Amino acid sequence: MSRDKISVRVNNFTKQYGKVVALEGVSFSVQPGQALALWGPNGAGKTTLLKAMLGLIDFKGKIEIEGCDVQRAGKQARRQIGYVPQEAIFYDLSVRATLEFYARLKKVGAELASVQHARVTSLIQRVGLADHAHKPVPALSGGLKQRLALAVALLADPPVLLLDEPTANLDAKARSDYLSLLAALHHEGKTILFASHRIEEVETLADQVLMLEHGKLTETISPEELRARLSSNIEMVLWVNEAQRAHAKNCLTEKGLDAHLNGRGTVVVRIQSQQKMRALNLLNEAGVSVQNFEIESLAG
Amino acid sequence: MEFDLLWTIAQRELREALKNKWLWFYALAFAGLALALSQAGLASAGYAGLGGFGRTAASLVNALLLFVPLMGLSVGAGALAGDRERGTLLYLLAQPVSRAEIFFGKVVGAGLALVAALALGFGLAGLGIASAGDGNAIAYLSLAAYTFLLALASLGIGFIISTLTRKGATAAGAALIVWLALVFFGDLGLVGATLSFHPTPSTLFVLLVANPLQVFKLAAIYSLRATLDTLGAVGQYAYYEFGNALPFLLTGLLAAWAIVGFGIAFAIFNRRGDQ
Repeated sequence: MSRDKISVRVNNFTKQYGKVVALEGVSFSVQPGQALALWGPNGAGKTTLLKAMLGLIDFKGKIEIEGCDVQRAGKQARRQIGYVPQEAIFYDLSVRATLEFYARLKKVGAELASVQHARVTSLIQRVGLADHAHKPVPALSGGLKQRLALAVALLADPPVLLLDEPTANLDAKARSDYLSLLAALHHEGKTILFASHRIEEVETLADQVLMLEHGKLTETISPEELRARLSSNIEMVLWVNEAQRAHAKNCLTEKGLDAHLNGRGTVVVRIQSQQKMRALNLLNEAGVSVQNFEIESLAG
Repeated sequence: MEFDLLWTIAQRELREALKNKWLWFYALAFAGLALALSQAGLASAGYAGLGGFGRTAASLVNALLLFVPLMGLSVGAGALAGDRERGTLLYLLAQPVSRAEIFFGKVVGAGLALVAALALGFGLAGLGIASAGDGNAIAYLSLAAYTFLLALASLGIGFIISTLTRKGATAAGAALIVWLALVFFGDLGLVGATLSFHPTPSTLFVLLVANPLQVFKLAAIYSLRATLDTLGAVGQYAYYEFGNALPFLLTGLLAAWAIVGFGIAFAIFNRRGDQ
């Protein structure tokens, strides 16, 4: 495959929501056949960037997919892309009827119905949905729906795949099977750009990792480097009385620690392993009573 | 715009809209009411001065004024908001189709579903009227044509609601409020304005045609009787001011309501970032 061509080019990409800058001055390019991971915490702008590549949102800067400017020729750009969302939502049709509907939109076998039928059949087999072809999509498990989304993405055999945390909602077995499918596609030469916060996804698929932080592309590193960094980082989940949670979070962030409140009513702080006691001491000094805590490794 | 893509989306939308049980409920309720009107020969409930088929058809106009906007508004309101709420709209927008193909595909699909439901209603009602030994096919078909235009105008307003709302239930609620405004408050507002400001017939006519339901009422009554004197001073003003051009003007106004409605809805939908 050619390495002198550029498959995806992002130049000085900036996106604002009102006065909030989601991403600023992001530039990078992806060569054909390369797999790039977009890595960053929630809210870092990974999904925003993918939506922009699909021409779904307005932005400043320029994005080209296989030479097509997504703002000027969005439809042509999307013809080069197979998109797999974090959780694909389909109409109430059977698996085969769903694929046939999207095949018509992508003009697969537009001239000859048998070509479309053959393509749909081969993709159903490839993603392991042969036993489910006539089932209604709402009856499928999350893992099978993600397989269907991958089949839809591959219908027109596009050169570029955009994946938004493709295994985020899958169990361990489904995740492993899905990653094998994606690895095979990467091996076949598909250009893959995917948002992720799972190290096993990155290690299985990515050639390079784009680090997004505070609305900026901070650096490009290898999956090995990411693994090395994560192995020294931990996530402390702190159980704090509800009345003190916001105060606890503020105490930690004021001292430069990466802390946030999560949906389960706990305070979460990301720190290097050797700084565990620092976080607890800071809270103790601030009069915050920590009822319990758990430690999770970020390296998976 | 690629029409094969538009048609693919229209076919899917048509199937979805035909599953809407409310659409069929309204269509059958209208047909039932029309049958009852034709069989009972509600002569006294008709407009004064109309006779035979005219009386039945004039009673039908009142039924149509209630049912058709409700059908158009509810189908239109659900067309985009439902997909947006489920997440299917975002996935559709991520495919190699333009916003115009998606929007107008949905318009065509929803419009065809509406026409199918109305055709059923008009078909059953027509059978009832014919079996009552009473009928005027030309007048009946004119009424049907104006009804389809009113349905499209209502559908256009429904699509505006749909582009402005993110949840199906919100859109359905908003459609109901707009329906109440058009059907009841429009009439009451007009009466209030007349009593308070004593507008000239020309001003009153302009106020009247600002509501597509009133345009439909004028057009339907005119098609049944070729005069509007049963509607009082405004009807007489319209008839004497526009003469034989009146049916074209009223048809144009109904068509304009539909075009402007869909135009505004598309402009809103086409904004970048609106998913």
